Amino acid sequence: MLPIADTMVVEATWIMIVKSIVIFAVIFGILPILTVVERKLIGRFQHRYGPNRVGPFGLLQPLADVGKLISKEGFRPGAAIPALFILGPLLPVVSGVLALAIIPWGNVKDGVGFYGIDVPIGVLYFFAVGSIAFYGLVLGGWSSGSKYSLLGAMRSAAQLISYEVSMGLALLGVIMMTGSLSLVDAVNAQGDVWFIVPQFVGFLIFMLAGFAETNRTPFDMPEADAELVQGFMTEYGGMRFGSFLLVEYMEILVVSGIAAAMFLGGWMGPGPGWLDPIWMLVKMLALVLVFIWVRATLPRLRYDQLMTLGWKVLLPLATLNILVTAVLVVVL
Amino acid sequence: MSAANGDPGFDPKSVSYLDSIDVVQVERGPEPGGARGAYRAFGETLRGLKTTMSRLIEGPLTIQYPEEKTPVYPRFRGRHKLHKFEDTGLEKCVGCSLCAAACPADCIRVVAAENIPGERVSAGERFAAVYEINLSRCIFCGYCEIACPFDAITMGHDYEMADYDRDDLIFTKEMLLAEPIERTPLKAEGE
Repeated sequence: MLPIADTMVVEATWIMIVKSIVIFAVIFGILPILTVVERKLIGRFQHRYGPNRVGPFGLLQPLADVGKLISKEGFRPGAAIPALFILGPLLPVVSGVLALAIIPWGNVKDGVGFYGIDVPIGVLYFFAVGSIAFYGLVLGGWSSGSKYSLLGAMRSAAQLISYEVSMGLALLGVIMMTGSLSLVDAVNAQGDVWFIVPQFVGFLIFMLAGFAETNRTPFDMPEADAELVQGFMTEYGGMRFGSFLLVEYMEILVVSGIAAAMFLGGWMGPGPGWLDPIWMLVKMLALVLVFIWVRATLPRLRYDQLMTLGWKVLLPLATLNILVTAVLVVVL
Repeated sequence: MSAANGDPGFDPKSVSYLDSIDVVQVERGPEPGGARGAYRAFGETLRGLKTTMSRLIEGPLTIQYPEEKTPVYPRFRGRHKLHKFEDTGLEKCVGCSLCAAACPADCIRVVAAENIPGERVSAGERFAAVYEINLSRCIFCGYCEIACPFDAITMGHDYEMADYDRDDLIFTKEMLLAEPIERTPLKAEGE
């Protein structure tokens, strides 16, 4: 049996439009708060307060930041390739928004699914769309006409190759236990026990690869502000730079959403049905906190260490995890 | 001497001149690589996460400067003060210029004048007609305070002296005699 979901939920067009707008509005409302929360939390992790001057508790900081970024000159270096240079920051935004669509916020109720769209290929869609973000990074870095940008772009390409395989294999265990690629089916299969318990190794590998996928410490090699002065973002300024940053947070939300749906039981939680999206959001934000916590703790890995971890540790571990899962799924 | 660190077969006791040197025993974790290395990396990562989380729980140590101020010790050498006798209201300074002589930065200028019996300014024979401290030159060493035979000048606690104009940093006698606005908290006993 091929693990391809047959969702068979047909919705009216206006429902889908309303859903898209709501998801878009909620996520883009969370993103600025996330930036200030991250800065404040990292401050607390280092015995500091973090930003607390703009507005109450510094909550208006993102507004001030965006205001600053928008008012900046859209500078483009002379050696840059104009079209690709502009395309660079756009592709990751598109990929991030597309990936938001498959995060499940709740079950199908009255013929309306609480998700953007339940694609039959599920996580494959996530990988396909997620990889487009790296095109933006590589194109942006290459077309900048700067060696730092190019180095950052090459690093992100190498990182993608090293980690996307393990990430996919980590999810394969869950897919085998579910018998479907759909994220909605994956959440529905976790009614009794969340997949983090039987698939704990898979969860760890997915999160590790997720750090790499989102270019976060300890795998922020493409940015590496100490050695590559922000890597592929070196030549970008103003809102183009801002959209790279925005995408970083959006990718964190997406990876957290996939992890929450695949391993933490998605919308499952006590309480009435309308709490489902809240539970999903709580789990996502809890995982985002893990991202911030790790960023406050771990230093950046060296380039070869990153490769070693990806190919020599995570890949065999993920393969072993699949092997054991496959045997257990067949036997039990 | 590089052998002292790297060579595993090196015994410090075999070298006579090293006998007198303290040999520091370094406790090493498992080497990187292999299962123990993976265990080490994982364990140390968890330890790091625990450390940062405990920092979060401890809370910030920041002193939010313009609103909060660092408490100073009682002997903190801040801006100078000139003193008067509390009972008679006469200035303690007699214009002897010892402070100016002691000043290594040469920032104190004293011009003395004779006291006229009817309108005494200081308790002594003479008084300081001009007493100026150029705070843009002062190094806050406190020698003036030590040199003064009458405890007329002491170092206060005020350290917020930034100004827009250099001329404003020359403090006259009236400014130094004036009761300073207490802007600096004092450290509590034992703090």
